[in-house]
Amino acid sequence: MRPMSIVIRGGRIVDPANGVDRQADLLIEEGRVAKIDTGIASAEKEIDARNMLVMPGFVDMHVHLRDPGEEYKEDIASGTRAAAAGGFTSVCCMPNTHPTNDTRSVTEYIVNRAVEVGVVRVFPIGAITKGRAGKALCEYADMRDAGIVAVSDDGDCVMDSALMRRAMEYAATFGLPVIQHCEDKALANGGSINEGLVATRTGLTSQPGQAESIMVSRDIQLAGLTGAAYHAAHLSVAASFDEIRRAKEKGLPVSCEVTPHHFTLTDEVCASYDTHTKVNPPLRGAEDRDALRAAIAEGVVDVIASDHAPHSLLEKEVEYGLADFGISGLETSLALSLELWREKLITLDRLVELLSINPAKIMNLKAGSLASGMPADVVVVDPEKTWTVEPARFASKGRNTPFTGKELKGKVCYTLVAGNVVFGEGE
Amino acid sequence: MSFSQRHLLDIESLNSEEISTILDLADRFQEISDRRIKKVPTLRGMTVVNLFMEPSTRTRSSFEIAEKRLSADTVNFSASSSATTKGETLLDTVRVLEAMDPSILVVRHSYAGAPHMIARNTDVAVVNAGDGVHAHPTQALLDCATIRKVKGSVEGLEVAIVGDISHSRVARSNLFALPKLGAKVRVCGPRTMIPPGLEELGIRVCNRIEEAVEGVDVVMMLRIQRERQGGTPLFPSLREYSRTFGLNRQNLALSKPDAIVMHPGPVNRGVELAPDIADGDRSVILQQVSYGVAVRMAVLYLLAGSPPVEERPVFFS
Amino acid sequence: MALHEKRELMDAATVGRTLRRLAIEITEREKGVENLVLVGIYTGGVYLAHRLAALINEMEGQPVPVGTVDITLYRDDALEGLPRPVIGKTDLPFELAAKKVVLVDDVLYTGRTIRAALDALNDYGRPRRVHLAVLIDRGQRELPIQADYVGMRIATEDDQSVKVALSEKGEADRVAWLEWKEEKE
Repeated sequence: MRPMSIVIRGGRIVDPANGVDRQADLLIEEGRVAKIDTGIASAEKEIDARNMLVMPGFVDMHVHLRDPGEEYKEDIASGTRAAAAGGFTSVCCMPNTHPTNDTRSVTEYIVNRAVEVGVVRVFPIGAITKGRAGKALCEYADMRDAGIVAVSDDGDCVMDSALMRRAMEYAATFGLPVIQHCEDKALANGGSINEGLVATRTGLTSQPGQAESIMVSRDIQLAGLTGAAYHAAHLSVAASFDEIRRAKEKGLPVSCEVTPHHFTLTDEVCASYDTHTKVNPPLRGAEDRDALRAAIAEGVVDVIASDHAPHSLLEKEVEYGLADFGISGLETSLALSLELWREKLITLDRLVELLSINPAKIMNLKAGSLASGMPADVVVVDPEKTWTVEPARFASKGRNTPFTGKELKGKVCYTLVAGNVVFGEGE
Repeated sequence: MSFSQRHLLDIESLNSEEISTILDLADRFQEISDRRIKKVPTLRGMTVVNLFMEPSTRTRSSFEIAEKRLSADTVNFSASSSATTKGETLLDTVRVLEAMDPSILVVRHSYAGAPHMIARNTDVAVVNAGDGVHAHPTQALLDCATIRKVKGSVEGLEVAIVGDISHSRVARSNLFALPKLGAKVRVCGPRTMIPPGLEELGIRVCNRIEEAVEGVDVVMMLRIQRERQGGTPLFPSLREYSRTFGLNRQNLALSKPDAIVMHPGPVNRGVELAPDIADGDRSVILQQVSYGVAVRMAVLYLLAGSPPVEERPVFFS
Repeated sequence: MALHEKRELMDAATVGRTLRRLAIEITEREKGVENLVLVGIYTGGVYLAHRLAALINEMEGQPVPVGTVDITLYRDDALEGLPRPVIGKTDLPFELAAKKVVLVDDVLYTGRTIRAALDALNDYGRPRRVHLAVLIDRGQRELPIQADYVGMRIATEDDQSVKVALSEKGEADRVAWLEWKEEKE
């Protein structure tokens, strides 16, 4: 696609990386941000952004594209289309594919495939251990050369402390952040939902919040020991945020993310046995959910990431105990996050930090900013547009969401990657 | 008579009037079981399918007898609910059974929520005969029926439930049913077997059986679920369990002199119940089995026939 | 539409006389009270069965056993309509074999209740014979069933009904013929 010159006209440009929050026009030339000003002359393409928000494209640093291996659930084409629909111009995809992304060749496949069919930027995350089995390290250097931006065994947790230490040190050698899915497997014991009154009432197997926070605590201490850049994925319990807060106070290089379903729902919704509520870590009780929201407001949380985990009927239309964990979240992420802004927990600047600037920084990506010369990865959002969640209309193959039928406010109107409209009219 | 539910999935969704309706009906059906011709034609020509995805002889036979005494045709479909023998999914199995046009599906499954999933996906009435550790509503109903028969009323009684509460669907269903009928419940067992949140539900948790049975009207003993324990062990040995939490003549003496002893069966003699108690004069275990058929007949009678629509006037001639 | 009274069929005195006549007829045709039992159909026939037994006892100086039978589970429309009706107690405190049973009901209409009562009795035993006594026969039979002892015969239509009030239920003895009519504004 030949990049043309585009003016995004009359929107509220929110670009906290450059201290910008004003109504203005944004000019894109040759795939890059040219300038932000009022009264820019008309260009080859006009995008009317009056009453809209214009922000740097969002970066989702935790998605599962299921490609290679489970293309019936999602593939790089459909997954990136879903990302574009959600306002994400970059995604980082987890390595729990089939085969696992634990070698250069799988990384290369993903990178090349994304070039062929992907509509947004795809940055692979490599596995920490071979096969994510928690035993042997992967060739981080080789994989980094092929394009990984971080390592994680997400889906699984590296239980062995000695191995986790070495993985952190080795990853730090190549400047790769280590992302951990924090779950003490023995304590969690495969529990389907949060341990608490809902589990007692429903008879569903459960895992206590400590299964997560114990791991966070251990990992933070290892981060202190090794000096590695450590990122805790999808945190969900108050105790975990306490650990992160203390670590940040000590100046340790730790960061953390939360998902929209964890700051919106509680385990009460699991009482219906609807498998669309089954996710790992599980939805928690109201106290933990409220502590999570407070942690976002306070600044302890760095990133909102969807943990987009598409599944098909095969995995979800079964008994709750047998269903796979996961929610298809790329396309509801923004609207749910905007709720936090409407409820005055965060400012729009902070929203952009959570969705764009911070994930870009943690993963060392050139994104999160609309400074002149930056790639024109831009999202135009109508914050007032109401819509109802209809999974059948998702771009993602994954229809598994607990938000079916929910009325949300806030929708992506246009997503541009390198100046090309990948979502919206005229794509 | 108030009962307009389409399914019987758990006790939580019943109010006390609905429970009383079932118990009152059960008294009538007990009369049928007591006479020579133990049959009424009420469900004649209807098919009831017993979909038991978890082995059971007692509950299934009880349902079968209840179905036959109502003149229904019974079909037994057993399979394993273990994930390793997955072939047909549960919903596929249900659709196959639906094609045989049954009036009622009686479902037992080892995963909590399975009957609820089935109920969401079929027009046939569903009776939960036990789903994982979640619920066993007909067991709780027959337990309440037994207590009511022997004590006159459930209201105001103190009931102790002793055993592996965490893994017992019988305990859970009784924990909900008994307070709805006005009884006070205490539970007892090693802490490893007590699930969180019971105090919030108004249930007292006791650490020793002596404390639990003191002054109670009913002692309900649960079977130690050996077959459900996977992973980390919850208690060190049956010897220690039976010495600390087993019911015997000495600790039973702490309850009221006319207290009754109940057990859903089958009894692990010598583990949770001393043999002389299991067969003693305070035990109502066999009555539980007898009322089980009557209660199940009542449930099947209420669920058979057309689904609840707006109330149609009933004219008597 | 509401139920209005078309006319009174029996006042308290008439009810009393009719029952006495029925008691005499029964004793006459059944040739005394030996092996005689009265079985009231729940609910309408129960009080009447007790009254007839008392009247017969007065005349013959012998108690007549009374039982009740509930036919809810034997109805041919048992599972239609909600909520389900209350099932009454069936109490037959005697063996049926060799007994002369007189079934008692308040109103005989389609005959389906009687058919169900016969099926119910059948599951308790095999009586020597079964006769039927009713206070009112309102006609409109749907089955070939007739009463042996009838208090009063009337010919009703579909949109009508018969109400039997008895002092045991807290109202004065009275039988009324009712019909559905448009409400007059």
